[in-house]
Amino acid sequence: MIGEIGQFALILALALALVQGSLPLVGAQRNSAPLMGLGSSAAIAQFAFIALAFGALIWASVADDFSILTVAENSHTTKPLLYKIAGAWGNHEGSMVLWVFILALFGASVAAFGRRLPPPLKARVLAVQGLIGVAFLTFILFTSNPFLRVFPPPLEGDGLNPLLQDPGLAFHPPFLYLGYVGFSVVYAFAVAAMIEGRVDPAWARWVRPWTLAAWSALTVGIAMGSWWAYYELGWGGFWFWDPVENASIMPWLAGTALLHSAIVVEKRDALKSWTVLLAVLTFTLSLMGTFLVRSGVLTSVHSFANDPRRGVFVLAILALAAGGALALYAARASAFERAGAFAPISREGALVLNNLLLTAACATVVMGTLYPLLLDALTGEKISVGPPYFNATVLPIMAPIAIAAAVAPLMGWKRSDLATALRRLWAAGAVALLLAIAAFALTGGPWAAVLALAAGTWLIAGALTELAERVRLFRIPIGDSLRRLASLPRSAFGMVLAHGGLGVVIVGIACAQGWRTEKILLMAPGDTTTIAGRTIAFLDVAAVQGPNWRADRARMEARDKNGTVIAELTPERRWYPVESQATTEAAIHTNGFGDIYAVIGEPEGQTDRQPGSAIDKTARWVVRLYINPLQPWIWFGALIMAFGGVLSLTDRRQRLGAPAIKPLPAGSRPQAAE
Amino acid sequence: MTRKSRRLALVAALVLVASGTAVLMAMAFRSSIVFFVSPSELAAGGSRNATALRIGGLVEDGSVKRSGSDVRFRITDLKNAVEVHYVGILPDLFREGQGVVAEGRMAGDVFEASQVLAKHDEKYMPPEAVEALKRAGEWRGGAQNGSAGGS
Repeated sequence: MIGEIGQFALILALALALVQGSLPLVGAQRNSAPLMGLGSSAAIAQFAFIALAFGALIWASVADDFSILTVAENSHTTKPLLYKIAGAWGNHEGSMVLWVFILALFGASVAAFGRRLPPPLKARVLAVQGLIGVAFLTFILFTSNPFLRVFPPPLEGDGLNPLLQDPGLAFHPPFLYLGYVGFSVVYAFAVAAMIEGRVDPAWARWVRPWTLAAWSALTVGIAMGSWWAYYELGWGGFWFWDPVENASIMPWLAGTALLHSAIVVEKRDALKSWTVLLAVLTFTLSLMGTFLVRSGVLTSVHSFANDPRRGVFVLAILALAAGGALALYAARASAFERAGAFAPISREGALVLNNLLLTAACATVVMGTLYPLLLDALTGEKISVGPPYFNATVLPIMAPIAIAAAVAPLMGWKRSDLATALRRLWAAGAVALLLAIAAFALTGGPWAAVLALAAGTWLIAGALTELAERVRLFRIPIGDSLRRLASLPRSAFGMVLAHGGLGVVIVGIACAQGWRTEKILLMAPGDTTTIAGRTIAFLDVAAVQGPNWRADRARMEARDKNGTVIAELTPERRWYPVESQATTEAAIHTNGFGDIYAVIGEPEGQTDRQPGSAIDKTARWVVRLYINPLQPWIWFGALIMAFGGVLSLTDRRQRLGAPAIKPLPAGSRPQAAE
Repeated sequence: MTRKSRRLALVAALVLVASGTAVLMAMAFRSSIVFFVSPSELAAGGSRNATALRIGGLVEDGSVKRSGSDVRFRITDLKNAVEVHYVGILPDLFREGQGVVAEGRMAGDVFEASQVLAKHDEKYMPPEAVEALKRAGEWRGGAQNGSAGGS
């Protein structure tokens, strides 16, 4: 019964999406208020029905209804409740339902919060959202139906991939999709603006909160995915330039560029056609990510099943969405040309540089990700493009971004002077330089890590300098500075946090990659070893029983130089009998400034032993130990960045209506920005 | 600054960034692309001098020899096999008779692996392992998948 309710709800949602995608467009063309108003009610009703379907799927999973194929294939009665709930989207069909659920959530949010939008713009935005909904609901109903019945129903399910049986499953996909799918709103705004043939600062201000929301969620989603890989895969790494990771970083890079170029549209009425193009490209990259992950062209923990029809379907959606919007762009972009003038050395100029570099970084990732697929499709030759390629291309492009991101906020609009901005940053430069010299003197460390450490420090100090300049710290009495601080808009703090957070991420990556210590050895209970000044004692190994797994659990004790116990580590190797699969559970002890990371492998000479079975007390175990300095800063930094985005989002200026457009200075001629 | 020189500055920046990126990409592609070869192609003498290779196939039954974290095994496409040496913890799903992919380079007749990959879950085989069997004409569709088994 519950399956049929879900199925029926999805069909109704598709019908509502068809209404939402068509009639409001007609209404906006004819200026008919009732037809335009239909967009909002359809969006809210569509959300309600998709929520019902999503709820039905979770219910079926929790209730172990194995007559539903996706539940039978991906669940099991012994699976803990958390993974029955989160497992609802731990498979292809369910994850697509989550996708449209979030799409409808954004549609309903535009309907509910977009009261100040001009009705034709709102109607067109909702219509575009509706059309995306039509495409994906059709995709679900015809190629990936989550409510398909199986007869006779099996008594027991097949279980869920143990790698996914982790609390991360409950949070990582929803945040990632909030980011991916959130850019659909930005895309819808861009298409609506192209239909209307008008892009102005008011448009940029309406788009900004949606860009910020999507960007913040995507930042959190990517950080969580990387954290999950760090502790679940047991390799001590946090980013592998895996195509699936690239699928999430590409829209992030484009979205970051968009966030910055939209500021130029909002403040200076320039860069308009570029910003619209970027909005289209960002969502196109989100769709491409969905295609790469969902089509089965890549093999990874994310690709649940291979069905070529699905790949072709998503590719068709991608082609329609990108092709349609780009055709519209070709026809209308010339209408946006009127723009404010600015000198190359100015805030606008710096934002253009930001966009050039971010787009270049994005293009290299796109090339590296797609080239092997294209080569395979065209010639059948199999190659792989791994971390060396991405490190050699993306990092040199990101370096100038980090350096410029500290300078740009200190530059004025229209015309500025680099020397003044740099003079204000002397302290930041001094701190970065001293730290780099100290790091090199103490460790003689890899030069790339020393440079990255300096760049990250420069960025953090630069962000703080910008804040200090705004409140005129030390140049007026402290009390006055504090009063200025309290009256700063939240978006000012947002930028300081986002730039500073990026600095924290860079410092974290530099230290964790440059100064990590790794040791692989054989240890028997009672053995000790030293690594980077710590002594690790291997105490014992015991077999333990979990809810749906059993495991070998080792106990280790870490002591510092003085012999004080600083951590007890319990790495595990688990065995999931239902799925007949082993997983590695790393033990990580963190103090905020570094991690001690321990993993155990198999006991020596017992190749085919299942973890959690009888243990030979004298056997030696393969042990892998890492000391990763400042590793947690990578995720702290990402969270600081996302928090900066959310803070900007809550700025009250975002919620006001149309911004006051500064009149162009007399005598400045209209000029193209591109 | 005139309108023309402003535009020139922008175009110059664009050209600079675009050409710099293109050069970086070309250099990186030349030095860091990893080519895939099957054990039979290696046996025929191909790609022996390449700095980075990926080989795929099945872990030959009875070939895994461990001494500590030092592992030796053979990867086969059921026609030819190649000896592999690896130091480290093998992936959880590494088993004899199962699909595997190794990345590294040839040192004499032994493949020095820097990374060993198995599949992500029981149901699938790494695509490169499938490819190697196909190239050797030994691919039997889903048969290899079906015989997976756990222990």
